[in-house]
Amino acid sequence: MGAVLPQEFGGDATRPGQHTWMHSIVRWLFITVSLLFLAAVLLAPLATVFAIALSKGLALYLHAFTDPDTLAAIRLTLITALVVVPVNTVFGLAAAWAIGKFEFRGKSVLITLIDLPLAISPVISGMVFVLLFGLHGWFGVWLQEHDLSIVFALPGIMLATMFVTFPYVARELIPLMQQLGNDEEEAAITLGAGGWMTFFRVTLPKVRWGLVYGMVLCNARAMGEFGAVSVVSGHIRGLTNTMPLHIEILYNEYNFVGAFAVASLLTLLAVLTLIVKTLVERTGYRRR
Amino acid sequence: MSWRKPSVLPGFGLTFGFTTFFLSAIVLLPLAALILAAGSMHWSDFVHVVLSRRALGSYRLSFGASLLAASINLVFGFILAWTLVRYEFPGRKIIDALIDLPFALPTAVSGIALATVFAQNGWIGRWLEPLGIKVAYTWLGVTLALTLISMPFAVRAVQPALLEVQRDLEEAAETLGARRFYVFRRIILPTVLPALLTGFTLAFARAVGEYGSVIFIAGNLPMKTEITPLLIVIHLEEFDYQGAAALGVVMLAISFLMLLTINLLQTWGRRRHVQAAH
Repeated sequence: MGAVLPQEFGGDATRPGQHTWMHSIVRWLFITVSLLFLAAVLLAPLATVFAIALSKGLALYLHAFTDPDTLAAIRLTLITALVVVPVNTVFGLAAAWAIGKFEFRGKSVLITLIDLPLAISPVISGMVFVLLFGLHGWFGVWLQEHDLSIVFALPGIMLATMFVTFPYVARELIPLMQQLGNDEEEAAITLGAGGWMTFFRVTLPKVRWGLVYGMVLCNARAMGEFGAVSVVSGHIRGLTNTMPLHIEILYNEYNFVGAFAVASLLTLLAVLTLIVKTLVERTGYRRR
Repeated sequence: MSWRKPSVLPGFGLTFGFTTFFLSAIVLLPLAALILAAGSMHWSDFVHVVLSRRALGSYRLSFGASLLAASINLVFGFILAWTLVRYEFPGRKIIDALIDLPFALPTAVSGIALATVFAQNGWIGRWLEPLGIKVAYTWLGVTLALTLISMPFAVRAVQPALLEVQRDLEEAAETLGARRFYVFRRIILPTVLPALLTGFTLAFARAVGEYGSVIFIAGNLPMKTEITPLLIVIHLEEFDYQGAAALGVVMLAISFLMLLTINLLQTWGRRRHVQAAH
């Protein structure tokens, strides 16, 4: 046992067993640092949202939601998510079917292009639609002649949100469909089932948790998007303000209770998203 | 159909057609508009916008703060991932789920919440004030916001890699008398290095483009606390679409560079992993 490791390898100073107190110090240190870091950057801001929203009492907190502009912002956010999430879900399913079930050339390029919006600044995601449909944009004059507005109106908000949340469902479903393979689908088709029947009765049940996962994340981003929507919205109170944009307006007007009241709703949405996400992970899908 | 393998499954034409059409309409065509808008500028105008003093100042802040935030997350991301993978303690599962909160929390909410907590009279800001540290409305605040929103990228990149570290190798080394730090340097670090760098790049890429959480805490003074995405918005509000597009193209080019780096790092990591298995 004498020649264990030469000196330069840090040998002979320690033996198994002597580590234990060092281990527990490191362990204690790591856990403490982790918790302090999270407390400062995550938990303190989270608690502040509710502390300030409720700082003038429950009555004023609830009163913030009777403001017609706030209600309009909530409605706009819900409408946007109700359109964007289903559209991106259909896209995600189609993309996953094409990419996950077939072998073709250029597949990895297609996957990279689908993921592209994730790498792009939200401000740019909004700006591209201003360049296309804004007054000085490519289709600006044409749109004005036909009395249509996309930028500074609902369609622009939806397009920008769609761009930003574009990859969310697809990037969950593509690897999942690849991993689960085609055996069941091929059996169904061979036994005479039609394409749609195979999709609804075989594939959809197989990927349901991935679908829920992707949709929940897509929804959270769609309801919470700020930068892209801010560029295309025009900030018209009661008309083109989504919840995140309305928070900005209230905050800049020093209406802190109002701003944090709206923020508290979005925070609850985020917490709910995390809970659903954790529950889905617990089904065995994407367990780490 | 030589470019794809035959299959008994139906629906390729429909789904592939829809995918490429929708991708082109929502993502590729708008991005092409951006590049063409910047491309239609005269070269000297482009350089004038992109290298103006105000733009240079915004790059310095955007890239400096993002690098700093990614570096902070390199350290804390590793500590957090290590703590979550290696230790059992009460509340571990909740903490693990909370890591993703910055993904789920709208950036405007994190922005106003951070600005409030770190303001001079805020919960944490009031303790930093006597020390002469001002966070809100300075570059420190920008760094803090970027650290928060890019934190999950670092942790989630390192966590699976740490799970793959072969514990028996560590134990063997310790039995042979290796010091803890030596084990870390020669066994743990090589395994997680590609993941650490991937996490760093992902965090950096996310931080550079971030807008919502920063503008509330930054103060937004030109040359001092003005990030590049904000400068783009200012150009747009002045209806200077070309100027905005020029800055947008610069940021887009940097995003592509980041994507390329991430892909290379991941390929490197996979190759190392395969080599280690042999």
